[in-house]
Amino acid sequence: MTTRYSFGGDEHLFVECSEEMSLEAFFKSLSMVNGVRESGIRGVTEICPANASFQIKFDPDTIHPDDLLKEVRAIEGAAEKAEPVIKTRIVEIPVFYNDPWTHETLMRFRERHQDPNGTDLEYAARINNYASVREFIAAHSGSPWFVSMVGFVAGLPFMYQMVERRRQIEVPKYLRPRTDTPRLTVGHGGCFGCIYSVRGAGGYQMFGITPMPIFDPTQTTSYLSDFMVFFRPGDIVKFKSIDREAYDQAVEDVDHSRFAPPIREVSFDLAEFHKDIDGYNAKLEGMLYGG
Amino acid sequence: MAVKVLHHGLATTVQDLGRPGYFHLGIPVGGAMDRYSMRAANLLVGNDEGAAGLEAVFLGPKLEFTEDALVAVTGADMPAKVDGVLQPGWTAFKVEAGQVLSFDFLKSGARICIAVSGGIDVPVALGSRSTYPIGALGGFKGRPIAAGDVLPVGPGSLASEGRTVAEELRRKPGTPAELRVIPGLYWHRLTAEAQQNFFADEWRVAPEADRMGYRFRGGRKLEFVERQQPFGAGSDPSNIVDSCYPYGSIQVPGGTEPIILHRDAVSGGGYFMVGTVISADMDLIGQLQPHTPTRFVEVTMEEALAARAEQAALFEKLRRSMNWQ
Repeated sequence: MTTRYSFGGDEHLFVECSEEMSLEAFFKSLSMVNGVRESGIRGVTEICPANASFQIKFDPDTIHPDDLLKEVRAIEGAAEKAEPVIKTRIVEIPVFYNDPWTHETLMRFRERHQDPNGTDLEYAARINNYASVREFIAAHSGSPWFVSMVGFVAGLPFMYQMVERRRQIEVPKYLRPRTDTPRLTVGHGGCFGCIYSVRGAGGYQMFGITPMPIFDPTQTTSYLSDFMVFFRPGDIVKFKSIDREAYDQAVEDVDHSRFAPPIREVSFDLAEFHKDIDGYNAKLEGMLYGG
Repeated sequence: MAVKVLHHGLATTVQDLGRPGYFHLGIPVGGAMDRYSMRAANLLVGNDEGAAGLEAVFLGPKLEFTEDALVAVTGADMPAKVDGVLQPGWTAFKVEAGQVLSFDFLKSGARICIAVSGGIDVPVALGSRSTYPIGALGGFKGRPIAAGDVLPVGPGSLASEGRTVAEELRRKPGTPAELRVIPGLYWHRLTAEAQQNFFADEWRVAPEADRMGYRFRGGRKLEFVERQQPFGAGSDPSNIVDSCYPYGSIQVPGGTEPIILHRDAVSGGGYFMVGTVISADMDLIGQLQPHTPTRFVEVTMEEALAARAEQAALFEKLRRSMNWQ
C-alpha cells in the first residue's frame, strides 16, 4: 500500500492510502485521519475520511501547502503502526427487497441499464453467480457491512461487505446515471453498498428500500433528534429482509416516533476478523441480538 | 420587516458565505456561488459581509417590501427596478414600504446577489442560513423561494444609501473565460497527449450547470493510460475507488465532459479528477452562462497562492472604499 499525496487546488490536500479497496486501506486512512486530527495542525479546517483515502481542507493563508504536506507525511509512519481496532456500534437496518417503488423507478430508466429486459436484482444475482434473486438477497442480508465512508450527499453511507473478496458482491453502475432514485433506496455499485439518504440522481443498482430514515434536517425522527445524520464511518450494518406488512408497520412506527433501530456498542478488531470471518461475524450478530 | 415574494424568478435561494465543517458527512459548504459579489452587496447596504442575501440565476425575482430598506444588487449585469424605475448596479438604493423590486433581463454574467439592509433573517441551520435544497436544509424552508413566501428581514440601517463599488473593483470573467487549474489528484491517469489536449482545447459551458457542478463540452475526448482497474473501483477507466471530491475539482466521467464541482458539491464519488480550479477563480464560475467559451489554464501552487493574495487585496480595497463614504 503506497500512500500518494496530491493537492486539490490551493485549499485541499488529497491523500490516497491505497488505489484498491480493502479494510486494511480503510484502517490506514482512519489512523492517519485520527493522527491529523490529534496533531492539531494549524490551518486545517476540515478532515474528510473516505474509503481508502482522505482529504484535508486547509487555509493557505495560515499554513503554506508545503508545510502542511510535511506535517501530514510525518504522521504516516506512526499511523501505519496503529492497531486496527475500533470501538463502534452495530445496527440492524430493515430492508424491503424488490419493493414496488424502486421497481417502478428502475423500469422508468431501463434504457440506461446493462440489462434492459430484467431487473437490477435479477442482473446482480446473475453476474454474481447466484441461482436466484432469493439466494442473492440471502447473501446481501446474510453478512454484516462496514461503513467505510459517509458522503456523496447528506449522510449517505458507503458500505463494504464483510466477507472474503471472492464472495463480495460486485456490480457496475448504470450505463448512464438515473435522474431519480427513491429516498432510502438500498443500492450497490462497484463493491460498495449504499443507502440513498435523500431522493435524487444516482447510478447504483437498486435492490430495495428501508423504512428507516438516516438523514432528517428537521430532527423530528426520534433517533435523529441529537444530530440529523445517522451514520458515522466505522459503523457496522446488518440488513434484515422484511415484507410489505413489516415495512408498512415500520413506516408507521417512524411517523409516530416509536421506531427504534436495534443498536449495540461493539469493538471491531481487523486482525481477529481476518482469522475467522464467518465466526467473527456470527459473534457480532450475537452481540446485536443477544442481551 | 419582511419581503413578500411576488415571483420567484428561476431558482432564487437564500445564501450567505456557507456552512463549513460538515463536508465529511456529505453536507456541502454552500453559500453564494460568487462570494465576492455577495460580500460586496452586504457591505454596500451596511450589513456584515456574512449576512444572508438572495442569489438569483438568469432571471430575477419580484419582491414587495413591507418597510423601507436599502438594497444592493451585485454580480451579473441584470438591472434592478423599483416600481419600474431602473437602479444602478453595485450601488445601495432605497426601496420604500409597499414598493416592488423587480429586474430587467440579464445582460451579462449569470447570477445576481441581492442584499437587503438587515439581512434575510431565516433560522440558522448548522451555522449558516444558506439553502441546501437536496438536503432540505437551511434557507427558507430548505428550498428555493416561491411566490407567496414572506421572507423575514433583520433590523438594518438606511445610512449607506448611494454607496457604490468603483468599476475597477467589480470582477467579471473574460472572453473566453479563463479558469486557472492546478493539475493533480488523478491527473496521472491521462495519457501525455490527453493532458496536453485538456489545456489546449476550448470548452463550452453545457446547459447542465448549476450550484452542484458546471459541465463543459467541446474538447477532445480524454484517453487513459491503460491499467488493470483496482479492486472496488468499477470497470470504466474513469472510475476510482470512491474518494472525497475537493471543491473546484474537475471530474471527467468517461473522459468526455469535464464537471467542476461548486458550492453545493457532492462530497465524494467514484470518478477520477484531473485537477482543481484555484480558490481565486471559483467566484468566476458562478457567472458563466451556458455556451460560454472557456479555457483551462495550468498554474503552479505558487501562482495559485499569488492569485489568492491578489483577490484578497482586491476585496480589502473594496472594504476600505466602503468605510470612506
